[in-house]
Amino acid sequence: MGKDRRFRIAHREALIGVVLAIFNFLWWYGFAYGLGSKSPEEYTYILGFPAWFFWSCIIGFIVMVILVIIVVKFLLTDVPLNDGREEQSE
Amino acid sequence: MNWDVLVPLLLFLVIIFLIGIWSNNKLKQSKSFLSDYFIGSRELGGLVLAMTMVATYGSASSFLGGPGAAYSIGLGWVLLAMTQVATGYFVLLILGKKFAIITRSYNAVTITDYLKGRYESSTVVILSALSIIIFLFSAMAAQWIGGAYLIQSITGLSYISALFIFAVAVLVYVVIGGFRAVSVTDTLQGVVMFFGTLLLLIGVVIAGGGLDQIFADLTAENPNLVTPYGNDGNLSALYVSSFWILVGVGVVGLPQVAVRAMSYKDSRSMHRALIIGTIVVGFIMLNMHLIGVFARPVLPGIEVADQVIPLVALEVLPGWLAGIVLAAPLAAIMSTVDSLLLLVSSSVVKDIYVNYLKPDATRKNIQKVSYGITGIIGVIVFLMAVQPPDFIIFLNLFAFGGLEAAFIWPVVLGLYWKSGNKYGAMASMLAGISPYIAIHFYNEANGSLFGVHTVTVPVFISLIAFVIFSLLFKKKIKLNY
Repeated sequence: MGKDRRFRIAHREALIGVVLAIFNFLWWYGFAYGLGSKSPEEYTYILGFPAWFFWSCIIGFIVMVILVIIVVKFLLTDVPLNDGREEQSE
Repeated sequence: MNWDVLVPLLLFLVIIFLIGIWSNNKLKQSKSFLSDYFIGSRELGGLVLAMTMVATYGSASSFLGGPGAAYSIGLGWVLLAMTQVATGYFVLLILGKKFAIITRSYNAVTITDYLKGRYESSTVVILSALSIIIFLFSAMAAQWIGGAYLIQSITGLSYISALFIFAVAVLVYVVIGGFRAVSVTDTLQGVVMFFGTLLLLIGVVIAGGGLDQIFADLTAENPNLVTPYGNDGNLSALYVSSFWILVGVGVVGLPQVAVRAMSYKDSRSMHRALIIGTIVVGFIMLNMHLIGVFARPVLPGIEVADQVIPLVALEVLPGWLAGIVLAAPLAAIMSTVDSLLLLVSSSVVKDIYVNYLKPDATRKNIQKVSYGITGIIGVIVFLMAVQPPDFIIFLNLFAFGGLEAAFIWPVVLGLYWKSGNKYGAMASMLAGISPYIAIHFYNEANGSLFGVHTVTVPVFISLIAFVIFSLLFKKKIKLNY
């Protein structure tokens, strides 16, 4: 196989996965504990949910879906997975 | 007996049998029995790939235990559950195309096959096959017990009859249909979970008098229920964050999930699965855990928290709709069990029988052995679930976290670190499992070590072991990529 071009692409895509997860964690943690640490009487509510939960879990989820769609559409590359040989039969 | 509820459930079982028969027909036309039976000839499309990953992972624990915990603990547990959104994209991006390419070039149909090709060591093969067989066997038995309880609580049948129905239903389609039947039924089950949780959430919100009313009731009962810190204020940010390892990124190391990352047809299927998987896993987790929290004002005082979902479904929905919705947790359990059953069977057949006992087996022979072993394992699990022995319960405690700690680095670093070798892999597997068990007991006795979930420390220990032992024995172990 040698230095396969496909592996360079795969390494880059794995890195994208790590970056996405770190971003996801920061968003999730930041809003949950940033807005959620005050006492419950001071909570503001958005569309019926406490603000910390709305931003961390609901918007956070939607943001991740949008980011994944962007990554798939613009950053991932189509590559063939076979080495041009067929599955061996036993 | 409540026929309104039962008819949709029975219909669901019939469809699953039909999928088993259809898969068996495709199996007969395939070129390679092993590859078709255990990974569906690597031809999963995007939707099926996404659904089978989500469904395999979303088990009884997340479907009955999760909402139950949310019922007792409050919104903090929903926050914890949302760490699982990461599984939707992380596993497929990290293992990614490289894993698909390399497992194809090894002709691997199990994780053990991949480790065998990568490390060329029979010790690694045996360690891997044994940990899969022991841990997943126990995990499976625990899920069967969950499935039987669920059928029991819906139908009012005795535990044994419920278990029997469950066992027959699962065994028939897994034994005759193999991986293709499992992944296609997973897709159906994923769809049922997706819409089932949505319907039930809407039902609960209406029954609770709208979101404002529900949150007002929760705050009136105990303001901690709407904070991220749990009903008694003890759910620390650090502890919740450590679930990112257990149910978020660590899932890469679960053999039943990783094996799916070698089964897709082409890179376009993988791209589609990334989007669908992230949406479906996030949606299901958010909905079903919110149902748990919202059920509190609607049905206060439920004693066995695991029964929250069945009880609330029967309470807020008309019978026939409750039947459809309750197919969802049943689907969740079945879709986890079927994958585990097939994985344990593939470990016995491919990793042990074909590797060591009979390398020159013919197709007919392998076929007979595969059906036989899958069936026999199913029967043994059934017998164990009739009266669960203590060691099953005991091993199940370690199953997921222990396997993650054992497999994550040999799989991931095997892919991305050239100097990783068999000594690193062996050390890492042993160093993952043993501290896991030790820390489990420490935590039981003294509270969580460093305030994090049991899985956290062993994952780091096994990383260090992998790196140190790989470097220590860095010899002329040559790789061709």
